[in-house]
Amino acid sequence: MTSDAAPGAGCAAVAVSGLRYRWPKAHADCLAIDALTLVAGERVFLRGPSGSGKTTLLSLVGGVIQPQAGEVSVAGQPLSRLSTGARDRFRADNIGFVFQLFNLLPYLSARDNILLACRFSAARRARLCAAGVSAQAEAARLASRLDLDAGALERPAAELSVGQQQRVAAARALIGRPGLIIADEPTSALDADRQQAFVDLLLGECAASGAALLFVSHDLRLAAHFDRVLDLAQINHAAAAEAGT
Amino acid sequence: MTPVLALSLRSIGNRRLSVVLTVIAVALSVALLLGVERLSNDAREGFAQTISGTDLVVGARGGAVQLLLYSVFHIGNASNNVSWQSMERIAALPQVKWLVPISLGDSHRGMRVVGTTADFFAHYRHGADRALAFGQGRVFAVAPDGIFEAVVGAEVAARFGYRPGQRIVLSHGSLGGEGGPRFADHADKPFTIVGVLARTGTPVDRSVLVGLEGIEAIHIDWHGGAPIPGLSIAPEQVRKFDLSPKSVTAALVGLDSRIAVFRVQRQINTMAGEPLTAILPGATLQELWSLVGMAERALLAVSALVVAVGLAGLVAVVVASLGERRRELAILRALGASPLQIFALLAFESLLLSLAGIVLGLALLYGVVVVAAPWLSAQYGLNLAPDWPSAGEWRLLGAVLGASLAASLVPAWRAYRYSLADGLTIRI
Ligand SMILES: Nc1ncnc2c1ncn2[C@@H]1O[C@H](COP(=O)(O)OP(=O)(O)OP(=O)(O)O)[C@@H](O)[C@H]1O
Ligand SMILES: [Mg+2]
Repeated sequence: MTSDAAPGAGCAAVAVSGLRYRWPKAHADCLAIDALTLVAGERVFLRGPSGSGKTTLLSLVGGVIQPQAGEVSVAGQPLSRLSTGARDRFRADNIGFVFQLFNLLPYLSARDNILLACRFSAARRARLCAAGVSAQAEAARLASRLDLDAGALERPAAELSVGQQQRVAAARALIGRPGLIIADEPTSALDADRQQAFVDLLLGECAASGAALLFVSHDLRLAAHFDRVLDLAQINHAAAAEAGT
Repeated sequence: MTPVLALSLRSIGNRRLSVVLTVIAVALSVALLLGVERLSNDAREGFAQTISGTDLVVGARGGAVQLLLYSVFHIGNASNNVSWQSMERIAALPQVKWLVPISLGDSHRGMRVVGTTADFFAHYRHGADRALAFGQGRVFAVAPDGIFEAVVGAEVAARFGYRPGQRIVLSHGSLGGEGGPRFADHADKPFTIVGVLARTGTPVDRSVLVGLEGIEAIHIDWHGGAPIPGLSIAPEQVRKFDLSPKSVTAALVGLDSRIAVFRVQRQINTMAGEPLTAILPGATLQELWSLVGMAERALLAVSALVVAVGLAGLVAVVVASLGERRRELAILRALGASPLQIFALLAFESLLLSLAGIVLGLALLYGVVVVAAPWLSAQYGLNLAPDWPSAGEWRLLGAVLGASLAASLVPAWRAYRYSLADGLTIRI
């Protein structure tokens, strides 16, 4: 299943070099990372204390914010070479996000939340089409893989439990097979049993679709099944981060 | 853009209550603005047509506005009367079709008494060529039978509950209202109401109309504004006297052809023997309205402010919703929405709400116009019609739309800033 997966297979899923980032109005750099690479399909656990810049790094990898120096490439594409609009389309096509909380638009059903990813991305639709499945069918398939029953799919997102919401978010990130899944502490609102179950589901689906996974958490207990564990504090040389720790 | 616009609708649906309330606020303000515009237009038109069928108003030499004020609006007094000979000479001019004399100076419970002839009812026009109509009864009969007969305007009848058959007493002089200084009553010669006019929305509503001979008759035993002491002539005896008028206050003149109006005006103004003034009532009414128009503009300005308040409320609601929707914006950003799409989403949303407000406001206005038109016409003589919006109203609507477009940029710009500044941090 991995062979025909995302575009840029063969290239690194993520490549960061010489990165410097400082938030507007901040007095010191938030991030200073010399090198960070995720090979295609690699599943990496990124740990770091609160405020150490994990979410900031994910925003940079997603191309939502631009570094002051250095380069971020996703699937071989240097993000700084893209225009702002192209960067937004690139993100829609190649990266799936799962956040800590409130991943869903409350006024849409779970199904429509999943399909939203396809609505924003022609490439995801095209990949589904090439694979010969409809977006609807794929949404249903992912939902059942993630233990969401059909009834839950029809309900407004606001009526789902937190655990269900996170699984819907995972399905939305995965639909249309983007090459990279980024998860920002997706389990912190779940209880301990559920946390491990969710991580295992996510790992399994990423493996099934061939996507690389960049999973952020400060909870090392969840790191067991990952290919690699990274400590942000060790790769980040920014003064602010060092002062903080 | 399309997925974003579809989302905007769903998002609006999710916040129904606050959205509906703001739309109603905008609708009310728009209806008010257009209503004021429409009413003042109508008032202006009605005013300009207070006397529409009359080509010239003639009185003693004086200012045009003053002549119009005392002869048509019964405000103030004439400095001089016009002799009956002059009336006859004007009536004899070849282009003059009709002449209706008017004699003012008496009052009844604060309402002006207008001495005139039965021709007044035939020739007086108001609005778009509307003649006087009788609610009840008839015109006073010609002298000598109708000397003590009176016709009252709609307002007079409504205020005092008058019906045909009732007897009223006229008072000398016209200063003050009901509570003002009273002059001597003509109590010895009461008049009988024979007719009540339908409402016109003109000063005729507040008039008591009697024949010129009636005015002569009540003053026959008076001299210099007071009864002659020791002389009292009973109503039955006045018929023996010569009751033909010696002078009147003013006259309404109709011509065979409008084209001659300036020539006849000049002829009257330069007539040998008596200094007279003839005016074109339409032109003078316009001049008068420019004074009254100040109030009209102030009213329009106030309702424009109300619209501004309505739109400000709308912006406040959308901006306030942004606080709780910041995470929604972050989700959309993560899904690939560009900051411009976020901008469009919010701009579209506020614009949609103001459009809904404008449309609802128009519907409200037409609803009120249809429901209230008969009442407004009967009470105030204002004729509101559910016409297609006039050019002026379209301009106002355009201005409101422009303002709401500008207003919609406020939340859009804020959302745009948020979406750039927040990154993927989900803010709660
Ligand atoms: N939108 C922003 N604007 C300005 N500064 C920000 C913004 N987001 C984060 N920061 C700052 O950047 C630093 C790193 O924040 P970040 O959210 O990346 O930390 P984190 O490692 O994800 O923390 P947590 O584990 O609590 O989520 C913090 O000092 C924070 O104050
Ligand atoms: Mg974080």
